[in-house]
Amino acid sequence: MTDASQNAGPMLAADGTPLKQSLARSLRRQKLRALLLIAPLLLFVLFSFIIPIASMLFRSVENGIVEKTLPLTVVALENWDEKSGELPDEAVYDAFVNDMIVAVAEKKHTRLGSRLNYEEPGISSLFRKSGRKIRKWDPEADAPFKEKLIDADKGWGDVENWRVIKTHSRNVTPGYFLAAVDLRLTPDGVAAQPEDKQILVKLFGRTLFMSLIITGSCILLAYPVSYLLANLPMRVSNMLMILVLLPFWTSLLVRTSAWKVMLQQQGVINETLVWLGLVADDARLVIINNQIGTIVAMTHILLPFMILPMYSVMQTIPPSYTRAAKSMGATNWTTFWRIYFPQSIPGIGAGSILVFILAIGYYITPEIVGGTKGVFISNRIAYHISSSLNWGLAAALGTILLAVVMLLYWCYDKIVGIDNVKLG
Amino acid sequence: MAALTPISRKPLSMVLPTVAAAGGFLGMFVGAGQGSALLGILIGAALMAALAWVYITVLDNERVARWITILGMGVIGFLFAGFTGLIVGLLAGWFFAFFIFWLYEGRYRQRLLPYLTGQQVFGHYLFRVICGAIFVFLITPILVVLPLSFNAQDFFTFTPEMLRLDPEGYSLKHYRDFFTNNEWQRSFKNSLIIAPIATIISVSLGTLAAIGLSQSHVPGRRAIMGILISPMIVPLIISATGMFFFYSDIGRFMEGTLGMDKNFVGYIKVVLAHAVLGIPFVIITVTATLVGFDRSLTRAAANMGAGPVRTFFKIQMPLILPGVISGGLFAFITSFDEVVVVLFVGSASQKTLPWQMFTGLREQISPTILAVATILVVISIALLTTVELLRRRSERLRGLSPA
Repeated sequence: MTDASQNAGPMLAADGTPLKQSLARSLRRQKLRALLLIAPLLLFVLFSFIIPIASMLFRSVENGIVEKTLPLTVVALENWDEKSGELPDEAVYDAFVNDMIVAVAEKKHTRLGSRLNYEEPGISSLFRKSGRKIRKWDPEADAPFKEKLIDADKGWGDVENWRVIKTHSRNVTPGYFLAAVDLRLTPDGVAAQPEDKQILVKLFGRTLFMSLIITGSCILLAYPVSYLLANLPMRVSNMLMILVLLPFWTSLLVRTSAWKVMLQQQGVINETLVWLGLVADDARLVIINNQIGTIVAMTHILLPFMILPMYSVMQTIPPSYTRAAKSMGATNWTTFWRIYFPQSIPGIGAGSILVFILAIGYYITPEIVGGTKGVFISNRIAYHISSSLNWGLAAALGTILLAVVMLLYWCYDKIVGIDNVKLG
Repeated sequence: MAALTPISRKPLSMVLPTVAAAGGFLGMFVGAGQGSALLGILIGAALMAALAWVYITVLDNERVARWITILGMGVIGFLFAGFTGLIVGLLAGWFFAFFIFWLYEGRYRQRLLPYLTGQQVFGHYLFRVICGAIFVFLITPILVVLPLSFNAQDFFTFTPEMLRLDPEGYSLKHYRDFFTNNEWQRSFKNSLIIAPIATIISVSLGTLAAIGLSQSHVPGRRAIMGILISPMIVPLIISATGMFFFYSDIGRFMEGTLGMDKNFVGYIKVVLAHAVLGIPFVIITVTATLVGFDRSLTRAAANMGAGPVRTFFKIQMPLILPGVISGGLFAFITSFDEVVVVLFVGSASQKTLPWQMFTGLREQISPTILAVATILVVISIALLTTVELLRRRSERLRGLSPA
């Protein structure tokens, strides 16, 4: 047998092809089959999740509106030196009026006005008012326009407004990201927002700070419970586990409404405290619509996410280690701190990152129990999407938040591994 | 180990103060109800300590003492606060009868290691009490919602009638409102349309992909896994923002170019968005089931001439079915609970139940929300039980002992 294969050169498969080649082909086929099975889902996720996220990233820098609405003006403005302090020449005004006549006919000029208004408050009404007058003009007969336009609205005689248009005429803008960190792009470069508009950095700070507090209180509450669950006999701990899993499975809105019922001025907690005489009737605790409300409710909502990973780590710690430490004369505290605690750290790490990731992007609970003081950055994003309609800024805020979460996710993958995520 | 610990009777100097402290704690609540918490503490402490002293030194018969305490405190409770008082009194009597003898006979040491010092025993029980308090924290909000949903008034608090357990204080009117109000019914129906379709999409695609992922040679498995899990990791508000931009473009395309019905397009958008959100749960549960799957079974089937499709449906599918179903339940509950994305992507005609609850909580607060919440809690208990039973079944099928 061995002689034969040595004589015949490479080993052959049954059909006569070399074995190596045949194996490689079957491996290739296997890979292809696996990929074919995955492909439909992968395409689906790419289409309906990854592309939307990418479109959000794109929107956070996209700024085609100025060039699309005022194409001639943008070209004409290129020859104007904005630092000279003089008004642009006749050609620019001519181009601008021509652009505006088209834009007014398509009703696009107000949209451009509100876009530029994010950068220079007041410019929106300038566009709206002069739009009404420009509508009646004729591009041929009424030229030249410089005098006329300044007559129509003296805002067009202000160099500042032209500088704003020129500054923001680029297709890609860092403006939204600057706005997201309380800066703004002015014709003279990057500057700070006015004092009264500097809220976003503070809000980011508050989101991080409150997420940390929530994570911390989750650790404090989850540690004893996980320890108890891991050290009780299986039958008892399975029963107690129901108390952890039930809130975990209950609808988020149910738990949030429960906290609203508990925390409000006439709510269960205040009524009980007043009834016990611990709090006077006219001095009820204000524990809703502020940071306390958000922290209490979110700690409760995220607690199962901390208990479950901690419990699964603590279950694997052999009790013989602590017994050995005690038999060698360690006190209770030393046994816990030097032997048990270090072994439980992976559980704390996994739970903390999970809770922190979830907390930092929470929207519903802060919106309902957070009032104005207890809201997160996500509430601001929602506000810009649905109320102020500054979608670029919402996208920029979302992108920053996404970057933070991705960083944490990467840490989570390094520490725990995504494959080890378990449910229930 | 536990049975070996010898127990002995404890001195009165330890039993009486402890019982007095517990009595004081109960007395505080009773006293607060009658007007003075401080007086309640003092009377409760004195009463309980005296009771313990009588039982231990004079009566010394545990069964008699237990019945005297239970009935006596039940009667006292009834005199103070009617029917509710009777129940509280009976429970408190049972507790004190147990507690006094538990301490006096030293039964509290029975299940502990014999060499523990008194301080350690105290620490052990203190730890249990703290854990108990945390469990109460976990479960209270849910337990508060259940009775309040039967409130006869439009309040969010317990009325005096409810506390007296007066049938007048309870009614089903909020449930009636939920089942007759058009707004609630429409949103409920929407949830029942959207969630199952989204679940079917994510389960069918997710199961296929999980089977593909569990093959032995998958190029770029980590990257693919990362992409498929990402909808669970990315905060909902960011997913919602991205989907808002993208799906409004898609929707405009479908309505404008393809001429589809606006309502229909709305449903498609929400269903697609929810299906994506459910996929990570399906992937995780099904791959976890496939880890323990015995590959030789499919090989044996192939050996006996079954094609891949037949092997899948006859051999593999029945074995991984528990995992698929629990993944599907997770996907279902994700869609059924989801509010942020539907708020951004959907329009008013796709209003789901959580959305209706969210607006209810933010604007006009109606106790109907609590009735809906109770119904949802019941649903989630049912789902939790199903998942647990499926998990056990799957472990049995795979030859692991049920944990």
